[in-house]
Amino acid sequence: MKIRATQAIMECLLEQEVDTVFGYPGGSILNVYDELYNYRDKITHILTAHEQGAAHAADGYARSTGKVGVCFATSGPGATNLTTGIATAYMDSSPVVFLTCNVAEPYLGKDSFQEVDITGIAMPITKATYLVRDAQTIPDVMREAFAVAATGRPGPVLIDFLKNVTAPSVEIDYEFVPWTQNRRLGSIKALADAHELKAPEPNSDDIDILADMIAQSEKPLLICGGGVVRARADKEFRELAEKLDAPVAITVMGGGGFPGGHPLTAGMIGMHGSQASNVACNECDLLIAVGCRFSDRVALQPETFASQAKIVQIDIDRSEIDKNVLTDHHIVGNAKRVLELLNQRLGQYSHPEWKEHILPLRQPSIPRVSEQLTPKQVLETIRRLAPQDTIVATDVGQHQMWSIQHFHFDYPGQLLTSGGFGTMGFGLGAAIGAKMGNPDKVVVHTTGDGCFRMNCNELATVEHYKLPIITVVFNNGTLGMVRQWQHLIYHERYSETTLDRGPDFVKLAEAYGLKGFRVTTQAEMEKAFREALSAGCGCVIDCMLDMDEMVRPMVAGGAHITDFLLH
Amino acid sequence: MKKEFDMTRKAYTLSILVRDVPGVLSQVARLFSRKGYNIESIVSGETDRPGVTRITIVVHGDEVMISQLAAQCRKLIPVLAVKLLDEKSSIQREFALIKVQAADRNARDEVIQMANIFRAKIIDVSHETLTVAIFGEREKTDALTRLLEDYGVLEIAKTGTIAIERGRSTIYDDNKIKEEYNYGKNVL
Repeated sequence: MKIRATQAIMECLLEQEVDTVFGYPGGSILNVYDELYNYRDKITHILTAHEQGAAHAADGYARSTGKVGVCFATSGPGATNLTTGIATAYMDSSPVVFLTCNVAEPYLGKDSFQEVDITGIAMPITKATYLVRDAQTIPDVMREAFAVAATGRPGPVLIDFLKNVTAPSVEIDYEFVPWTQNRRLGSIKALADAHELKAPEPNSDDIDILADMIAQSEKPLLICGGGVVRARADKEFRELAEKLDAPVAITVMGGGGFPGGHPLTAGMIGMHGSQASNVACNECDLLIAVGCRFSDRVALQPETFASQAKIVQIDIDRSEIDKNVLTDHHIVGNAKRVLELLNQRLGQYSHPEWKEHILPLRQPSIPRVSEQLTPKQVLETIRRLAPQDTIVATDVGQHQMWSIQHFHFDYPGQLLTSGGFGTMGFGLGAAIGAKMGNPDKVVVHTTGDGCFRMNCNELATVEHYKLPIITVVFNNGTLGMVRQWQHLIYHERYSETTLDRGPDFVKLAEAYGLKGFRVTTQAEMEKAFREALSAGCGCVIDCMLDMDEMVRPMVAGGAHITDFLLH
Repeated sequence: MKKEFDMTRKAYTLSILVRDVPGVLSQVARLFSRKGYNIESIVSGETDRPGVTRITIVVHGDEVMISQLAAQCRKLIPVLAVKLLDEKSSIQREFALIKVQAADRNARDEVIQMANIFRAKIIDVSHETLTVAIFGEREKTDALTRLLEDYGVLEIAKTGTIAIERGRSTIYDDNKIKEEYNYGKNVL
């Protein structure tokens, strides 16, 4: 069947069961948007305030639903505005397909208006990039892009269409193939054939070896990493933890992979990790890390990390093995499948003394005595009033660490945070994506005054699409995390971190047509949050906090994992 | 058991088999610049298989760094195989064209003699110059170049090192590591 090239782009989205896309139009992508107009009943387009917001929204949609996110942008500045969002998705292995259009073939490479080599720019921050110069290749490229984004270790992919390829006069041969049936066709087949790919299955001997190591261990520790979340392997991981009867340390990206309130939870591990997790890491004799790449925020000092333990790494990406921390054994595979096979081989273990030694150490850090509203009070209020399955999107910094420490995440996709790239301004976009993907769930966006100022323009999107997202601003008038470092390490030289400036976030919310609240006590917070929950529209709660609040505990970068700078 | 690495810095040769898709060479080369390592030489050419290109890269470093580079390389979707080749188990050659000043008969005779000793060939002659083509190991090219410098080397064009394993084993051979990396590429 002959159809328009742009029609094929839309049909290929439908093949992938895409019903929501995020984006921003412009000159080069006009033809695609013109076609989208024909498909407006089938594909909902969310117009954000800025391309970066669209990128984060598509990312948040992907993280919270487990589906592939889709984001549109035009050439030049539209495309470069995506880059922070692409890098954020890449560092946290989030599957997003970015579609951009470039100038037409005759203008390519001539520094034409709004021209940029986006496939070149995006190369280091994507799994793959495609430049489409021939309309006939559209179905192949689209199908391959979605397959690459979603399979293996997930990640972002970028497709750049030349404008002439999308011209209304261009027609191509096309046949609709649902994504479940396209894996043995065209360029996907060519890719699979070139690599001689077989249906993936973890190495059975490797799993036997781990089962033996477990049998010999007296002090095992499990680390729940982002791979558990991406593979939606929470049930299998929980079964493993319970069979092993071992404490579980959770990374920032692993939030939601193991229930935060489970009796085996030792808490977060790493720089702001709990004493239980960090001490367990230092004293265990077997460390099993699932979907965790031992980033420098977890393995602060790689050479002494878990120095008494045999280290076992389970990861889908072979290049992560022995990258940051040298391991004794590894299993390459999808966390869900590896754990399924491992659990079949394991009996019930019991480690009462080891647990008794570690788990009591997870008591919360000592709160600072303050007459002002504290972060803890804010978070406790949210936790008490919001439904247990509330999705939490954070920005980056102190409020992010506090949010992860205080909330209990129970399922993959409940916590949306930029763990790898540490992108300030990620939260609001991500919350928009999450709300679009999970209309029945409450979505709370926690942010700081520094982060919020970066991308608060997306409040326009929140208002326009009537998304009842609750933004809670931890307003301490400073870039809190940087200030904390300046306080502890830079001799209280607060260089350019004090944010003694506007806007008034309550008035800002109102200017965008949303509700704003300013709270200075826990009672006010409770009242405001209750009201926000039932408001039916986006709300901003501006929580006035002391600027000297710190994230506790803390281990300095590069220091030994139990060498706490703050308790 | 944890892996142990040889920390002495030396030249490593990486043979990389890639699918010939647009941008693949810059994708591979980028990995080296990302870590701030200089590529000593890089050669890219066709293979016996259609659509498959072989890239040979020589880089100086220690084993930790080389295994990281190889790992990042293997992870790239168009990369089919990466093999670290050492001098013992592989044959490594390069090809060079050297344009030498040789204005008088004496100089010309000497350069021709020298080329013969090195089993190099004279491939172009002019009134003032000779162009020598030499094929062999890098040391051999370097030795000839040093000798020719006495006459005045006007320019050199080199291919960089290409390498192939000795004996029956090839870069196509299946192994566990290939299987493990394929997990990350599995689009099925």
